Amino acid sequence: MIPRRGARLRFPDVSELSGPLLEVDDLVTHFRTDRGTVRAVDGVSLTVGRGRTLGVVGESGSGKTVLSRSIMGLLPPGGTVVRTGSVRLAGHELTTMTPPALREVWGTQVAMVFQDPMTALNPVVRVGRQITEALRIRVGLDKRGAQETALSLLTSVGIPSPERRMRNYPHELSGGMRQRVMIAIALACGPKLLLADEPTTGLDVTVQAQILDLLAEQQRERAMAMVLVSHDLGVVANRTDEIVVMYAGRVVEQAPTATLFARTRMPYTEALLRSIPKLADPSHTRLRVIPGRPPDLAAVPDGCRFAPRCPYAQDRCRQEAPPLRSAGPGHFFACWIPVGSPESADALAANVTAGMPAALAFAGHTSSGSSGSSGVGAGGPLAATGGA
Amino acid sequence: MAGSGTAHLREGDVILRAEHLVVDFGPAKQRVRAVSDVSLDVAPGETLGLVGESGCGKSTTGRAIAQVHPPDSGSVVFDGADLTRLRGEALRKARTKVQMVFQDPISSLNPRRRVLDAVVEPLAIWGIGSHDERVARARAMLEAVGVDPDHAGSRRPVEFSGGQCQRISIARALMLEPRLLVCDEPVSALDVSVQAQILNLLEDLKAEHGLTMVFIAHDLAVVKNISDRVAVMYLGKLCEIATPETLYREPAHHYSAALLSSIPEPDPAAPALATEPVRGELPSPIDPPSGCRFRTRCARAEDRCASEEPQMRQLAPGHFVACHFPLPRPAASAATTGASPPSGAPSVTV
Repeated sequence: MIPRRGARLRFPDVSELSGPLLEVDDLVTHFRTDRGTVRAVDGVSLTVGRGRTLGVVGESGSGKTVLSRSIMGLLPPGGTVVRTGSVRLAGHELTTMTPPALREVWGTQVAMVFQDPMTALNPVVRVGRQITEALRIRVGLDKRGAQETALSLLTSVGIPSPERRMRNYPHELSGGMRQRVMIAIALACGPKLLLADEPTTGLDVTVQAQILDLLAEQQRERAMAMVLVSHDLGVVANRTDEIVVMYAGRVVEQAPTATLFARTRMPYTEALLRSIPKLADPSHTRLRVIPGRPPDLAAVPDGCRFAPRCPYAQDRCRQEAPPLRSAGPGHFFACWIPVGSPESADALAANVTAGMPAALAFAGHTSSGSSGSSGVGAGGPLAATGGA
Repeated sequence: MAGSGTAHLREGDVILRAEHLVVDFGPAKQRVRAVSDVSLDVAPGETLGLVGESGCGKSTTGRAIAQVHPPDSGSVVFDGADLTRLRGEALRKARTKVQMVFQDPISSLNPRRRVLDAVVEPLAIWGIGSHDERVARARAMLEAVGVDPDHAGSRRPVEFSGGQCQRISIARALMLEPRLLVCDEPVSALDVSVQAQILNLLEDLKAEHGLTMVFIAHDLAVVKNISDRVAVMYLGKLCEIATPETLYREPAHHYSAALLSSIPEPDPAAPALATEPVRGELPSPIDPPSGCRFRTRCARAEDRCASEEPQMRQLAPGHFVACHFPLPRPAASAATTGASPPSGAPSVTV
């Protein structure tokens, strides 16, 4: 049912819902620009069960932010955006909703926490009014009721002396406090789904830990589902039930969190994990780099989009885009030569012999473009790629 | 943690010895002491990691060392000369040997200059070599940092990614053959895959050019990867100095431990660290707590922490901490340092 302008949406009570809360099916979001069509999101499907947490991981330009905005329906108006596919929230199709109907959904059904709390908050409106506004319009509380609710929200997100903070402007708060205010605003109308787009990027690690704990706690108390978008595998590793890895606008691997780390199948996921400095490693451990950088989304390569940087890539990878295949319960990956398969060892050895930069970097032969190199035999790294 | 003192400074062969650095900002009534009596030294060929959260003064310390923002008091002895006493031409000359790499690679390059010109400029300013020689050296340096001079030389920074711009910035910083490179958050604006490329590049260049580095970052895993020694800062003071292995295995300062336990490890199977996370907010640097500056957020704090500022002292060779009640060392070796029990009766140490 598509509600008419001004009509109240009747969302089913989530507790009565049998299927997943959020179903995204073959979502495409392209931008028409002077440089050509930017394929920011190119056929993404995912589901989030009620009360569950899905992590979306990718580097800049992977399309993860556009994906969250496209799910939400927060895209620039006009003819430059092409959005196809389906986004169903509790069975309601969001992509065909009119703006007034969407405004009924925003806040009460799905809410968003943005990356930069300084620009997402209105700098010339006091914090209190930014929270009460939605409560009065969406929930229909009177002034006093909205004030009281806002106070209890600020208390629940861990803001000390909330009465005083209500009268502050955003610039008077620290980055961590502003993010807590953002979360309070997002939670104000009791959404069933929270989209958190890099909620802790730019915050210090101790503040990040506080904010992630807060999100987890609020989520538990409210039985709310969450999509946690981050570039940081460390952030999602301990905070999610499932993870989707995005590369150049597509999902390249999807798995329950423990499975993704323990039985990685997609070479990009593997490469990403290997390129992160880890606390457990000794100092001066040589990092295994991914040479090059993600493709320009206006000119994506044929075949697998990771192939130009992939240590295992073969001719087929460069010609034919791999579909998402199943590798176990809830585990999908898009690769012709998955990590840990016998073919991958052969492919890597062949690429090392052929002197392909990606394979050499993976095997630890050379580094960063500098002439310095630390030669490591081709045998060792091959053994290290098994595992799965 | 508000630690002062110079017990951690080494005798003998150091290339840089900064003592009692103080940097103030703002008008007298709202004076912010961004760096408050910090002393550091770096041995030749060493990489000193400087970690801490925003507002701890790590960048200001780096800038004070490089004389980008000269300290209000204190000395920076580099290669035998006190940079803070040099003026004019002598300072400019000395500063060619201390170069900085900044956090935002795109804004640290002039958008209107071509890449090759930007890299040639340091040589041109100092009148080193003929034009052709300068260009040849700039091209060689670009190649050394992994930027193709034929492709990049005549382009402007806007045409490059953050990682490429950071490579260009590094090439420019190395043109005058500095002995000390102060890197202020050089990889924090970069994607993880690019971050790894730049970290490896810095390691290679350090080996090739015999560089000494001060590496400032908030990411403890990055700092551990690149450093030979790590100094932890909090609210303008030093808390702890140790080798990365020691610091990460057995942090002695409560703040170091809390910082380490806040790091999300990219491994869901990793055991959660036992230390509780830091509580509350950073105090205002305009009116910092008396005594130890970390005491307002420290679970172990006692009256003594408010009345007496802890001084840097040695726990083990190369491991220094500014805390009255440092965390016990995990192994049986705790007895050797006389460290206090974790939360039992306060045993006065030092």
